[in-house]
Amino acid sequence: MINQFFINLGKKALYFWYFLGGLTSLAAQTIYLTFTPPFQKDHIVEQAKKAGFDSFPIVSLVALFIGFIFALQTAYFMQRIGSEMYIASLVALSVVRELGPVITALVVAGRVGASITAELGSMQVTEQIDALETLATNPIKYLIVPRFLALSLMLPILTVYADAIGILGSYLICVYKLGITSSMYRQITFSALLYKDLFTGLFKTIFFGMIIAFVSCYEGFNVEGGAEGVGRATTRSVVITFILIIAADCFFTSLFYFIFP
Amino acid sequence: MIEINGVSKSFNSHRVLDHLGLKIDTGSTCVIIGRSGCGKSVLLKHIIGLLKPEKGKIVIEGKEVGKLNEKELKELRMKISMVFQGGALFDSMTVAENVGFGLIEHQHLPQKELLESTEESLCMVGLCGVGNLMPSELSGGMKKRVALARAICIKPQIILYDEPTTGIDPITADSINELIKNLHDKLKVTSVVVTHDMRSAYKIADKIAMMYQGKIIAEGTPQEIQNTEHPVVYQFINGLAKGPITETLERFR
Repeated sequence: MINQFFINLGKKALYFWYFLGGLTSLAAQTIYLTFTPPFQKDHIVEQAKKAGFDSFPIVSLVALFIGFIFALQTAYFMQRIGSEMYIASLVALSVVRELGPVITALVVAGRVGASITAELGSMQVTEQIDALETLATNPIKYLIVPRFLALSLMLPILTVYADAIGILGSYLICVYKLGITSSMYRQITFSALLYKDLFTGLFKTIFFGMIIAFVSCYEGFNVEGGAEGVGRATTRSVVITFILIIAADCFFTSLFYFIFP
Repeated sequence: MIEINGVSKSFNSHRVLDHLGLKIDTGSTCVIIGRSGCGKSVLLKHIIGLLKPEKGKIVIEGKEVGKLNEKELKELRMKISMVFQGGALFDSMTVAENVGFGLIEHQHLPQKELLESTEESLCMVGLCGVGNLMPSELSGGMKKRVALARAICIKPQIILYDEPTTGIDPITADSINELIKNLHDKLKVTSVVVTHDMRSAYKIADKIAMMYQGKIIAEGTPQEIQNTEHPVVYQFINGLAKGPITETLERFR
């Protein structure tokens, strides 16, 4: 039984390194092919619409609710110490530096990442990816590069939007339910926010977009076993994306706190 | 001339191709027959470079497929087309966009010429006017024919067919056979057809080769194969449930 435990551990470790190697190789090829012609503007625009534009409604909704929730939860303690007006600065900094980027990335990973894996996985099991190769077309160039560019570019844009809506949500709660004046709220928000807060928040999102693109495309291309395989790959892709986003977030947060304060 | 020399390939320690050797003359139609799952599709994928052999090599028109760089491989693939078993049509595009895919991506023709070429290819397979449908709206037989139209649209020199008549009604199957023969006679296309439809095989083949346990065990004209004395080939082409092939399987069970 102990033997079996180590065998399983070994298998998982090997699978992990195999995955990491494959993912890095795919990422390197994608980045290389991004900068070689021909440049498929139409495909990039189409993917940007699917990834970004179509995600606006759900990102707005989630950001608004996050704004409400965060304002109320902060208020719970701030009222005890008599610092209600600083809810505005706390919310602004948290949303712009952290919650906006991460929540947007997680929502887009669940929505767009899963759909990319399912689509590419279905193409893989019906030999469409092989067919592309036989028609002298590089599948990475044709399928992955547009999705990679679309996600890396649309995620920062979605995040700016989410930040604004999140702060708006908190504004609505503070001004209409907690009795903070509108002008006070706005003044405290803008005095707390610095350009570097926005910059550090948005910088992270480019990498989050890349993570979503690479993991979801890698899982899609490596599906085996028909419909069940597609289902498993989709689940795995979302889970791994979530883990990598949080890990990357931890790394960048430490970087911006300790190295670039 | 396509030369397959001593090619071996395994998947998960299961040996699928075992020092396989086969020569296909330019302009001829070679039909490869064998049981389901014996590795015929794997062999086709090696010819077009989708898979690489572990041992041995494949030489097409004097060039070894395994040693080509990306540019040369691309040029080779513009001369070879493959028709996949399930069609492998791109779901997100219309039939016309599927058929003209090779031309759209690599030849940048004006719109009018593109439309003419795709319509011509579709008419050759008997599907004039379906250009605006989506693949999900087609029947199985129509999908195969569109896949064939896509393969011939780029006017290749070699076409690989993976079970072109499997799962189609006899009339459509015969019209596909007719088309393969026409391409052979008029355009001197080299065809490699993988099938287990013996009727089609006899009709279209210049040479029939049978695959068994990863090797080519018999080669010959349709006449020679029909009159074969090789027990394995005899069992296969006559569709007998009892014989050396199934006895071998029984022993393993």
